Amino acid sequence: MVDFGFGLVPSSRINLDLFDREKYEKLVAMEPDAKICMACGSCTAVCTAGQFTPTSLREAIEDVFNAKDDKALEALKACQLCGKCSMVCPRGINTRHLILSITKVYSKK
Amino acid sequence: MKNNILIIGGGPAGLEASAQLQRMGYNVILIEKSPKLGGHLAKWDRLFPDSVQAEEVLGRLLKGAEGVKCFTDTDVRAINRLDKSYNVRLTNGITVLSDAVLVASGFDLFDAVKKEEYGYGIYDQVMTNADLEAYFKSGSDRRIEKPGKIGFAHCVGSRDEKSGCRSCSKVCCATAVKQAIEMKQAFPDAEVFCFYMDLRLFGRHYEDIYLKAQKEYGVRFIRGRVAEVSENYDGTLLVKAEDTVAGKPLKVTLDLLVLMAGMRPSASGKAIGDLLEMSVEEDGYFAVRSGIAAGQRSPIPGIFLAGAATGPKTLPETLADARAAAMEVDRYLTEIFPDAKNYKQLVRERW
Repeated sequence: MVDFGFGLVPSSRINLDLFDREKYEKLVAMEPDAKICMACGSCTAVCTAGQFTPTSLREAIEDVFNAKDDKALEALKACQLCGKCSMVCPRGINTRHLILSITKVYSKK
Repeated sequence: MKNNILIIGGGPAGLEASAQLQRMGYNVILIEKSPKLGGHLAKWDRLFPDSVQAEEVLGRLLKGAEGVKCFTDTDVRAINRLDKSYNVRLTNGITVLSDAVLVASGFDLFDAVKKEEYGYGIYDQVMTNADLEAYFKSGSDRRIEKPGKIGFAHCVGSRDEKSGCRSCSKVCCATAVKQAIEMKQAFPDAEVFCFYMDLRLFGRHYEDIYLKAQKEYGVRFIRGRVAEVSENYDGTLLVKAEDTVAGKPLKVTLDLLVLMAGMRPSASGKAIGDLLEMSVEEDGYFAVRSGIAAGQRSPIPGIFLAGAATGPKTLPETLADARAAAMEVDRYLTEIFPDAKNYKQLVRERW
């Protein structure tokens, strides 16, 4: 590989044209509560993993909507399924099931 | 002699409607379950957005309702519908024959004890918006002694499906901004934080106080719901939220946390609704006759609704609602009620 002295950085902009509707429909069929998050951040605030790793369910949901599937998986990677987030969610989302569903639908493996 | 009208609830809605109906020449009987008229307004110190004294506003409302027959410490024991009128037995032994009934039963403040994770009633330094108003009125509260860091938690008992409170209470955002400013005025050295999900400063001049809180008082607005609170060994509070703008979990040590308790349907209003078999919506507030355009008519002929009985309202909205209810009552009592022959048909067509 010739070194040109510069590299290409992928765009960090959210591109909604890349939104995978089929996968999303699959997710909400599995866990309809994926639609009702109001991004209050309670889950992330109490997350036991989130203090040390970039773990955030709020962000993962955002990422799924913004066609950043890899980021969504990254934001859930260190989750230990302790369930503290489900205790504080004001919308009563079954967060554990949502996390497992996102991982199932968007995982490349 | 003009018709008797019973108004249930001596808060701003009941007082304003009493004043208007009395002006129209009706014989108004106002009942209030507590010993004092004024409802929540009587417990508040200053009002948003212009910091007018609540006492001054209440004084004007009371003056307007002068001459109205008021019974305090009085509730409804039983209500019977006669042909057209209502026979209402009060707890003070009096029976009123009323041609129209206006339910202005208002709201209850959300009981913050129910949100156990915020520690109201458990940790010493957690108080509610109502406690803070009481402090502003009296000038003393054991929890407030030169606080260095003060937090306001928005949406306590509002927009919270889990505690059964779906609706937005409308007034708490502006109240929090107002109280944040007032605390900065009282304690200029204090740091003040507001934890919000959305700042709903929808009314005229509300945005002005938000800007003032930022620009003149340096109040910090953090976009994230308070998720949990714990008490440190020295009595200070450890508050956790996510700063969702930064995308990072956040913690801060506070000397005082004020919970913005929201509006809930009033329990005594519900009791009256039960007596009348009047329907409530899923949110617990009374249903109006036919959606948003109907306004102040209940589904039951001759029963009217005003104020927070039909959902959270600001004070000006409540007063406007009460005036509108007075007009509706007048229309009913002049156009429908007197026509003995066609009453039933008129009710079908126009109620």
